[in-house]
Amino acid sequence: MTMSHPALAAGASRRYAPNFWDLFAFGLLFGGLILVIHGGHETLAPLGSLKTSPVSLDPARLPEYALRTTMRMLAAMVASLVFTFLYGTLAAKSRRAEMVLIPLLDILQSVPVLGFLSFTVVGFMALVPGSVFGVELAAIFAIFTSQAWNMTFSFYQSLKTVPDDLDEAARSLRLSAWQRFWRLDVPFSMPGLVWNAMMSMSGGWFFVVASEAISVGNTTIALPGIGSYVALAIERRDLVAVGWAVAAMLAVILVYDQLLFRPLVAWSDKFRAEQSAGQGAPRSWVLDIVRRTRLFRIVLAPAGAILASVPAQRLRVPTRRPWRTGEAWRSAWADRLWLALVVLVSAYAVWLIGSFVATRLAWSEVAAAVGLGVLTMLRVVVLMVLATVVWVPVGVWIGLRPRMAERAQPVAQFLAAFPANIVFPFAVVVIARFGLSPDIWLSPLMVLGTQWYILFNVIAGASAFPNDLREAAANFHIHGWSWWRRVILPGIFPYYVTGAITASGGSWNASIVAEIASWGPTTLKAHGLRAYIAEATAAGDYPRIVLGIAVMSLFVILFNRLFWRPLYAFAGRRLHLD
Amino acid sequence: MATIDLVGNGSDTATAPLVELAGVRQVYHKGDNPDLVVLDDVSLTIRAGEIVGLLGRSGSGKSTLLRIISGLLTPSGGSVRWRGRPVSGPCEGIAMVFQSFALFPWLSVLENVELGLEALGVPAAERRRRAIAAIDLIGLDGFESAYPKELSGGMRQRVGFARALVVHPNLMLMDEPFSALDVLTAETLRTDLIELWSEGRLPIESILMVTHNIEEAVLLCDRILIFSSNPGRVATEIEVDLVHPRSRTDGAFRQLVDDIYARMTERPAEKAEKRVKEGIPGSGIGMALPDVSTNLLSGLMETLAAEPYRGKADLPDLAATLQMEADELFPIIETLQLLRFAETAEGDVRLTAVGRRFVDSDVDVRKRLFAEHLLAHVPLVALIRRVLDERPSHRAPFARFSEELEDHMSEERAENTMRAVISWGRYAELFGYNEETRRFNLENPA
Repeated sequence: MTMSHPALAAGASRRYAPNFWDLFAFGLLFGGLILVIHGGHETLAPLGSLKTSPVSLDPARLPEYALRTTMRMLAAMVASLVFTFLYGTLAAKSRRAEMVLIPLLDILQSVPVLGFLSFTVVGFMALVPGSVFGVELAAIFAIFTSQAWNMTFSFYQSLKTVPDDLDEAARSLRLSAWQRFWRLDVPFSMPGLVWNAMMSMSGGWFFVVASEAISVGNTTIALPGIGSYVALAIERRDLVAVGWAVAAMLAVILVYDQLLFRPLVAWSDKFRAEQSAGQGAPRSWVLDIVRRTRLFRIVLAPAGAILASVPAQRLRVPTRRPWRTGEAWRSAWADRLWLALVVLVSAYAVWLIGSFVATRLAWSEVAAAVGLGVLTMLRVVVLMVLATVVWVPVGVWIGLRPRMAERAQPVAQFLAAFPANIVFPFAVVVIARFGLSPDIWLSPLMVLGTQWYILFNVIAGASAFPNDLREAAANFHIHGWSWWRRVILPGIFPYYVTGAITASGGSWNASIVAEIASWGPTTLKAHGLRAYIAEATAAGDYPRIVLGIAVMSLFVILFNRLFWRPLYAFAGRRLHLD
Repeated sequence: MATIDLVGNGSDTATAPLVELAGVRQVYHKGDNPDLVVLDDVSLTIRAGEIVGLLGRSGSGKSTLLRIISGLLTPSGGSVRWRGRPVSGPCEGIAMVFQSFALFPWLSVLENVELGLEALGVPAAERRRRAIAAIDLIGLDGFESAYPKELSGGMRQRVGFARALVVHPNLMLMDEPFSALDVLTAETLRTDLIELWSEGRLPIESILMVTHNIEEAVLLCDRILIFSSNPGRVATEIEVDLVHPRSRTDGAFRQLVDDIYARMTERPAEKAEKRVKEGIPGSGIGMALPDVSTNLLSGLMETLAAEPYRGKADLPDLAATLQMEADELFPIIETLQLLRFAETAEGDVRLTAVGRRFVDSDVDVRKRLFAEHLLAHVPLVALIRRVLDERPSHRAPFARFSEELEDHMSEERAENTMRAVISWGRYAELFGYNEETRRFNLENPA
């Protein structure tokens, strides 16, 4: 490892010469930078500029719109990451904070924040008066609320499951809290975090489309972006424009998947805690190219060195608390005091909500909201069953054929990332033309985007199904229904449950867009809780918005607690292979 | 191989103790239940220039003691002093080597080794120099840029050693460092370590190692502290004054191993009842049972009955033949002892008359014998059977018994004991158990 190595000295003169890969990497880097600067510049324009240059349906403008939309997504992702690090760390390291933060996160996760969009816009616009930036912030915030929670949960879970031996090693090496965070906590949680960030991006596309055209009072502000483009296309009943938007979206997702997430997944594979070399390590051509560059790496080396030295700093804050207060802080009485405080505050909050709803709304209203909630739930359940019946056999069929699975898997993941609400107009046109009942025919839109989670998880499960069990089944002539019931279904069940939980959560989220859809002047409405919330939002009826959202959250939480969690636990306990 | 600047073992600091433990006690509180005592009144001293071994059964609290010494764990009582000062939190000058290696999978060998220096705030250039020196010393040259998952177990543990040595600790703690390795690899690592130690090339003053492998302790240590379980305490201290390199075939070596086996399986001049209690902790319902499969039990009895043992075997010999470590062998033998199928004396294990009958019988008789002895000698089995007989439904929930067990032992042990009892009861056809409903029953799906 010394610099006087003869082989290195001989190659030194050639080492700095750029190679072919450098050209590519530089192009990528600077092209990206220019785009970011261009897109960022627009956000600082005064609010009036939105009126002087409104969103147009010219397809030539689409690349720019796509850029703006993508940048909103990325900004929200950065915000989510910062939030995740702070919130997750606090919840995992402090027992008392955990008591409050984790249930809160569970609720935040189930609240349809889109319902709050109209409130937050006003707040953010007041923050940066007269500038597009305020509206941008509101849109970014809406996307953030669809991205942050599952990332935070994943990070928190990882922090709580750091292997004992690594924890002890970090402590006995006497790493400072800062060093430990970057050397142990963050790397250990990286695979889960990257995976959840991908999930979040998919969820985010869905909301970015819905959050770009925001109505405040009587005026509608349309931020330049794909979402506004689609909204305008719907208003003008321009099916061709919708087609262009779909094409743009496909391109955008393809690009970010290849340039951002494939490399991230391939890179984060080294953070897996398993101590054995895995067989099928994920690969990315972009990452491979960057790794092959010569000059690019050398030019970036100083930046890399600075980045690498960040975790190495000790940054220990010398806290010299008097011994007595430390003792009191850790005592059981302090715990009880804290608990009492938490109970008091939450009791007050419940009372506040109760009295707010009670003074403004009749109990019959609450009952009606619950009734609509049941309707929405019914839709979710029926559609999940349908999606299961269709995709489980297909997934098994594909998964048991390795070459087929290899090709189908990226397609299924890609479809899951595609914001299904962009293609809603096509469905709405069909429903309106044939005069179909919106109560039934709008429903399939809820699973349009989420069914793919079931498919690709089942494919993964069937591919991972042990070969010896398949051979044993064949050897004992297990065929037909008993093969499904005794062999493959139990085998893929844990994977199916994982996919179905994601799909079910996604469907609840999608229902906000799927229960109400419009095409020019015609508006289709299905009876359900989301339509109720949407109507209340349009009318600015805050008590009803709050009621609708509260009932919604309650349904989602109960659905998860009473149905999915027991099922998940069962799958982990009884049907885990290996 | 390079030599790191020496802190000689056996220099004039040899008389000043590194570690002083006095009356250390570790207790776990569990709700309203009586406290579980893991360590009771442990006192020991470690001086510079020696390798000390803590030898004991798994679960005897020796790893807990190691963590107390390192400052990772604060004891419930007693005093721990490191170089004369009371310990609060991980101390400087103590480095640990882990059974599971505990390497950071996302850091390369070099980065793993540098990590400890990073925590000390050593400048980058100095860090690199010292890490490379430690890597060279431990025989890892050429692997600097490899990631742990690319390495074999033996190479990983070498990284563990390099990471501990690079900070030039006064004391190196080793928690069963060789037990996750295969026999050959473990032996190579032991030899390399003791060679470096005897040549004075290790930048450390003393080593404290935890092990359950008797031969390993005799091979490496200058002093062996034998740990007894429940609660853990130092039962005996043995000085080993054989010169390095020691040979396993040496007469004195064999004698010492035999001695330790005898000490660990029994206390002389005590009656059988007492002996059983020594191995299997607790008494009555609160007996903590090892989860030993009935196949192992009958397999060992058959081995003992057959040639060349003919009913009696020397324990170290048996362990070597079966390629089992003492820690794996002891639970089987103790279970046989508990069931009165075998007994031990002076480092030997002998099959009883019933044990012989068991071996000579067919499956049905074996099951009947096993059932009789279970009911007679394992109070928990008798209790479960009685409760099932008395209840009109002939059903009883798992929790009914496990909660009672948890009054006497840790949750983990209670879980183990319940698992053992369930598998034995199933084999003996004394009762059935439904994992789905977590209930015992008297159904027999025959």
